[in-house]
Amino acid sequence: MKIPRQKMREQDPSERIHNFSEVTLGFTEDMVKIEVERCLQCGDPKCVNGCPVNIDIPNFIRLIKENDLLGAIRNIKEYNILPAICGRVCPQEVQCEKACILSKRWEPVAIGALERYVADWERENQLKECPDCEAPNHIKVAIIGSGPAGLTCAADLARAGYDVTVFEAFHKGGGVLVYGIPEFRLPKEIVEDEIDTLKMLGVKFEYNRIIGKTLTVNDLKEMGFKAFFIGVGAGLPSMRKIQGIHLNGVLTANEFLTRANLMKAYKFPEYDTPIKIGKVITVIGGGNTALDSARVALRLGAEKVIIVYRRSEAEMPARREEYHHAVEEGVEFQFLSNPTRFLGDKDGNVVKIEVIKMKLGEPDSSGRPRPIPIENSEYLIDCDTVIIAIGTDANPILTKTIPELKTTKWGYIEADENGKTNLEGIFAGGDIVTGSATVISAMGAGRKAATAINLYLKSKY
Amino acid sequence: MGLINMPYKIIKKIQLGNSGTLFEMDIDAPLIANKAYAGNFILIRINEQGERIPLTIADYDRDKGIITIVIQVVGKSTLLLSHQNEGDEILDVVGPLGNKIYIEKYEYPIIIIGGGVGIAPCYPQAKELRQAGNKIISILGARTKDLIFWREKMASVSDQTIICTNDGSEGIEGFVTKPLKELISKDKISLVIAIGPMIMMKNVAELTSGIEELPKVKTVVSLNTIMIDGTGMCGGCRFPAKDGQIHFACVEGPDVDGHIIDFDILLNREKRFAEFEKKSYDLYKKECKHLKIG
Repeated sequence: MKIPRQKMREQDPSERIHNFSEVTLGFTEDMVKIEVERCLQCGDPKCVNGCPVNIDIPNFIRLIKENDLLGAIRNIKEYNILPAICGRVCPQEVQCEKACILSKRWEPVAIGALERYVADWERENQLKECPDCEAPNHIKVAIIGSGPAGLTCAADLARAGYDVTVFEAFHKGGGVLVYGIPEFRLPKEIVEDEIDTLKMLGVKFEYNRIIGKTLTVNDLKEMGFKAFFIGVGAGLPSMRKIQGIHLNGVLTANEFLTRANLMKAYKFPEYDTPIKIGKVITVIGGGNTALDSARVALRLGAEKVIIVYRRSEAEMPARREEYHHAVEEGVEFQFLSNPTRFLGDKDGNVVKIEVIKMKLGEPDSSGRPRPIPIENSEYLIDCDTVIIAIGTDANPILTKTIPELKTTKWGYIEADENGKTNLEGIFAGGDIVTGSATVISAMGAGRKAATAINLYLKSKY
Repeated sequence: MGLINMPYKIIKKIQLGNSGTLFEMDIDAPLIANKAYAGNFILIRINEQGERIPLTIADYDRDKGIITIVIQVVGKSTLLLSHQNEGDEILDVVGPLGNKIYIEKYEYPIIIIGGGVGIAPCYPQAKELRQAGNKIISILGARTKDLIFWREKMASVSDQTIICTNDGSEGIEGFVTKPLKELISKDKISLVIAIGPMIMMKNVAELTSGIEELPKVKTVVSLNTIMIDGTGMCGGCRFPAKDGQIHFACVEGPDVDGHIIDFDILLNREKRFAEFEKKSYDLYKKECKHLKIG
């Protein structure tokens, strides 16, 4: 393989930490032309199996090569209705690109960048067309939650002819794509644009509807909905009762990111929602949410951002690419450290955190080495804000109103690999079934559930 | 019932009292009205730039599909809301959030205390609890008489109504704790409900916690803390219990046991955006002056 993998263009780190514009800039036409030549068009393509929604990767790459970009985007959309999103936030390095045959000796084909390129090309040239749909069958399906699982499920069912309504608790669609993932990683106009594709398919969106509060599943049944997909995510922030947790300046990543992303607090006072940051920010956790929080903090003007993570660099659950971006931007990392308490000043504002050093022990239930505190190794870090990003749990608001629905002892919905729950006509997928995972795995679950819902409804009506 | 994103239109707006800062609004929100009950609240976002603010549902009419809110101008969002008129639409209204109040027939009377704008959410609670056969003693308090409202409305759902003002311009001169202390020291009381400024709720909860020879009386306060989503997601509304436990006002409240709360920490938490709130308010007032609004 003489041709090297094309390198994603990026905003310079010293510049991008002062703006919320997208970090990665995509491939140019010339780069795409070179990159598609790298694909070997394998007879037995491994990449397709590496993709949770089984995009026909060699074929769309071949279509690009033949200069048929419209054909390429149509091909992708047969499998994935949200390519501009997936091209950006999927962890391709552990999915399709990891499976790419080239990765055995060289670098894999930049599949994600190519997917993004065709999706962006379609959007920028306003060539979006309504994907093919079956004739309407007037059977109503309710999708609860408009995150990646719900959107995918909605799209597949709409294409199969169903009358689909998506119910969203917030005032905007996209779930974690709009409240969680920051603008510089996934511009919100792209999410809106992908949602517009669903609207073209006839999918209706009902915002400000908390199912379990504004309406219940029983109300929806009375309104004529015949099947339900629950994709409400895992929204409750984990918080530990440790000393100083109630100090001002200590907040969850959910609050921090929702203020910044959904409520656009970075535009205060043009937007009314405030966000307080200070000079030195510590972020507790090692996942994508921790990195997103750290990088938002930098862009809000923090002088120093320190990520405190209890395991080492190798065990960080965050995407490698995002970790490198964060390092480039100057985020500091204190690995093998865990907070023991937060200390405040006389006005009740956090000013320091105390952390204890950790060492790695035997693997725990997650398969990663268990972090063990090293006695008497505590030290202090000065800071003005502490952002807690140690994970999320299931939100009971909906499940509480369907007591017959089987859940695990942690409150996650019990569903089989096709999203089937113990209740007839009720399906579930995404984080509310698996616990926190990725956008694409939620999309995969939404797709499988759509197939199962279609089979179920076909058998009944 | 139809769906399809209906606009949240302001059907009626009236000024309450004579302060020029209190307003009652009826909002067209049939789905919320259909599920609303005493204790529930809503979150609203007035316009695209707006923040999400929690407001307790003060009344509702299921047949007409409306919910009633009462607001007091304290910052930009409430001032902006007070500038909306009948026929205007609020961009987003979501609810009903939080838990319904617990209804039971108690052995002894219930004292319901409303402080300032907190009088409004007392109304549905008094109404429901009285319908369940309870004797209701209402205490309405404010700085001055211009800030007292719903006298008749509260009287219509109370067996006894006491008014008190700090400046003595109406009723008893002093804080709501003055008549409360008298009542709990002389008669048996099953429950105290207090809704109003945080400091008032703190003082009420202290008085009923079994201090100075006084009996301990179960006390429920209504927390309307800073929040974003109202469904347990952001953690912004969290309040500390005296034992350090973390509670979320949005999903565990808004009505919670006043005796478990560490009010001092909570009072401080509610100040965490004060400088931003002031900046926002001042900028908007300047804009109003320029545009001759209000």
